[in-house]
Amino acid sequence: MRTDLVLGLYVFMLATFVGLEVIRKVSPLLHTPLMSLTNAISAISVVGAILITGAEGATLLSKVLGFIAITSVVTNIVSGFLITDRMVKMFKKRGEGK
Amino acid sequence: MPQAMPSGVGYIYVVSAALFILSLKWMNSPATSRRGVFAGEIGMLLAIAGTFLAFNVHNWTWIAAAFFIGTAAGIPIAYIMPMTAVPQRTALSHACGALAAALVGTAEFYQRQPHAAAELRGFVMVALIIETLLGFLTFTGSLMAMGKLQEVLPQRPITYRNQNFVNFTLFGIAVALAVRLALVPTDTFLFPIFAVLALLFGVLLIIPIGGADMPTVIAILNSYAGLSACAMGFAMDNKLLIIAGALDGSSGLILSIIMCRAMNRSFLNVLFGAFGQIQTRAGHVEKRPVRTATAEEAASILEAAGSVIIVPGYGLAVAHAQHKLRELSDSLSRRGVDVKFAIHPVAGRMPGHMNVLLAEADVPYDRLFEMDEINSEFAQCDVALVIGANDVTNPAARNDKTSPIYGMPILEVDKARTVMVIKRSMSPGFAGIDNELYYMDKTLMLFGDAKAFVTEILKELPARVGA
Repeated sequence: MRTDLVLGLYVFMLATFVGLEVIRKVSPLLHTPLMSLTNAISAISVVGAILITGAEGATLLSKVLGFIAITSVVTNIVSGFLITDRMVKMFKKRGEGK
Repeated sequence: MPQAMPSGVGYIYVVSAALFILSLKWMNSPATSRRGVFAGEIGMLLAIAGTFLAFNVHNWTWIAAAFFIGTAAGIPIAYIMPMTAVPQRTALSHACGALAAALVGTAEFYQRQPHAAAELRGFVMVALIIETLLGFLTFTGSLMAMGKLQEVLPQRPITYRNQNFVNFTLFGIAVALAVRLALVPTDTFLFPIFAVLALLFGVLLIIPIGGADMPTVIAILNSYAGLSACAMGFAMDNKLLIIAGALDGSSGLILSIIMCRAMNRSFLNVLFGAFGQIQTRAGHVEKRPVRTATAEEAASILEAAGSVIIVPGYGLAVAHAQHKLRELSDSLSRRGVDVKFAIHPVAGRMPGHMNVLLAEADVPYDRLFEMDEINSEFAQCDVALVIGANDVTNPAARNDKTSPIYGMPILEVDKARTVMVIKRSMSPGFAGIDNELYYMDKTLMLFGDAKAFVTEILKELPARVGA
């Protein structure tokens, strides 16, 4: 158990530093799509929601809560990626056509 | 009972995590950003497919129904949502993500009760509690932010006496319950109380924050939503969740720092300052004379200019004048005028919002300049045209130590040779402060609706050249 925590903390620490470095370089032009993209990505919590809903012997409470959780994160995944794409498509240089 | 992770899916998760990082990396330029979105989508698909294949998943009807409803709701949200409403949608998606984390945490808490002694102890329980606390408070907090952005709730800060005291006490009780639950997870009766307090705290935290601070608030909530997903990763021992949550959390953190800097405020001041309520009447006493101009005069000045910097604010979007403004900029460019757009970080309602609004109106992105890039150019520019922006152009932020916005970085519009301001009336902006800029000798006030006025200027332009 303890090594799991330490390993988890390492992963968290490294991911945070990578995140800070990568996001610092994101063009300020794209901060709005960035936010909807990271939002869609953090909807990876769908994995947790699937596992709790789909667990063998899940109680009714688990199934109901899990159902609501999956519904809301799948909404985030679908709308998040699609609206991000819709936004970044709008950014054009001069003379890049309509 | 958490299933042990099957070995194969671990590799898939590693690939997903790499794709998520690449996805954010490719957001560094508009040229690669679509590839970034694509990488994120593939990473997500892989992770979901891998989860279904590798784990022994039951209750398919529940899961399939949830996927169906989520997809059916997500597609129209993405395509129908006008770009002006993107901040609301973002707040809503923070709420959804946070709710999911909180509910998964809650479900796990009860599901694992029979094995509490073995499974709900130590850091798992701590992670679970952090996940639900952040999840619930971000859920209601984001709903409040959405309500303010949608103007269902009043934009003004809602305040009452001893507000910070009440909030801190409430939060203190919630934390005390959290600690107790972490130590004695079998006290299930405490959990609903804890959840309700967290939900209530989310509401109380956001209602005293004014509309002008929403860009910062959204970024902070973004960070919280990411961290709650991250805590879920710790509770379930899933590294992919930890990584994705940490990426989201750090993104929210960076954006909120940028927003705070742009308004010269600290986090604490945004969260507990109830900005904008005290000084509302400060500059209202005397009516000073201003110079005004007609659309015809404005057109001839713009046409004669060598360089024009347009400073758009949210008022532009409120008046739906983006497209007309782009036509004006095109028309001036064709006449050989150098036209640039100066974007203050808080020009819109969320980080980067104004860029999206202008990109939607087909303004090329290489015409959009950030504050730091363009501030040095105002001194050489012939005309600065301010549309729907106010506080971010107020020289008092630089000169007047007594002003509430003193120290806030501004667009140095007042250094341009001529300043033109399109504005409905002389009423002050969000911060309720009079703007010195309007009384300067070189400033021309163009009173009227932004869209109508820009349209009129456009009409005057071709008549002069005949092109």
